[in-house]
Amino acid sequence: MADVNRGNRPLSPHLQVYRPQLTSITSILTRITGNALIIGALLVVWWFIAAAKGPDYFALANGVITSWFGDLVMLGSVWALWYHSLAGIRHLIWDSGRGLEIESAEKLGWAVIIGSLLLTVLTVAVV
Amino acid sequence: MRILTDRKRAEGLGAAHRGTEHHWHMIISSAALIGLVPLFVFTFGSALGRSHDEVIAYYQQPFPAIVAVLTLLVGFIHFRQGVQTLIEDYTGGMTRKVLIICMICLSYAAAATGLFAIARIAL
Repeated sequence: MADVNRGNRPLSPHLQVYRPQLTSITSILTRITGNALIIGALLVVWWFIAAAKGPDYFALANGVITSWFGDLVMLGSVWALWYHSLAGIRHLIWDSGRGLEIESAEKLGWAVIIGSLLLTVLTVAVV
Repeated sequence: MRILTDRKRAEGLGAAHRGTEHHWHMIISSAALIGLVPLFVFTFGSALGRSHDEVIAYYQQPFPAIVAVLTLLVGFIHFRQGVQTLIEDYTGGMTRKVLIICMICLSYAAAATGLFAIARIAL
């Protein structure tokens, strides 16, 4: 690799001097929401195994998940789930080679943010 | 005339010659989850907060039980692949290997636990 010209390469953006943009924020949020969903997912699995085990253990798991703190985690998880789903659809659109211009990428970004908030409100209203 | 297709040129790239495989499998699981996630949110949501008897009766119906099984299974496979990318981006060496193995074990353990629980409720 000694013959590679290292002088002319584009620099990758450095976090400390990188101006936050809609596209970068929505991208970082996709990663955070997707990985944070493990907490809600494990709580749901715990709830199912508690329900399978019997009424006594179910009362404990159900009590934790429907407590004020459990409600907070579930509310956050529902938003994270909708956000990550919409952002995933955006990635599938990009993978097909469409919507990659900055203007349409930013429109899709706003669609993901507003859409995830609306779906969260809808979920809370219906459920 | 070049008769190589785009796919043929992308196949076999990456250090392990499987660079496109992970990406393709993320596309498959995310496409499946687009359908599963709304179904799961509204079926699970209507069961959450009810009494134990009502929850058991609800998940003895085929539709909510199958939706829950598929969502947990595909969801944890999707997580197992997604978290691997996260770990690969920020860690290296032995830490990376240990973390990837731990998260794969956690994903399959959680999926198996959820599936066992729903099978036990439903059957």
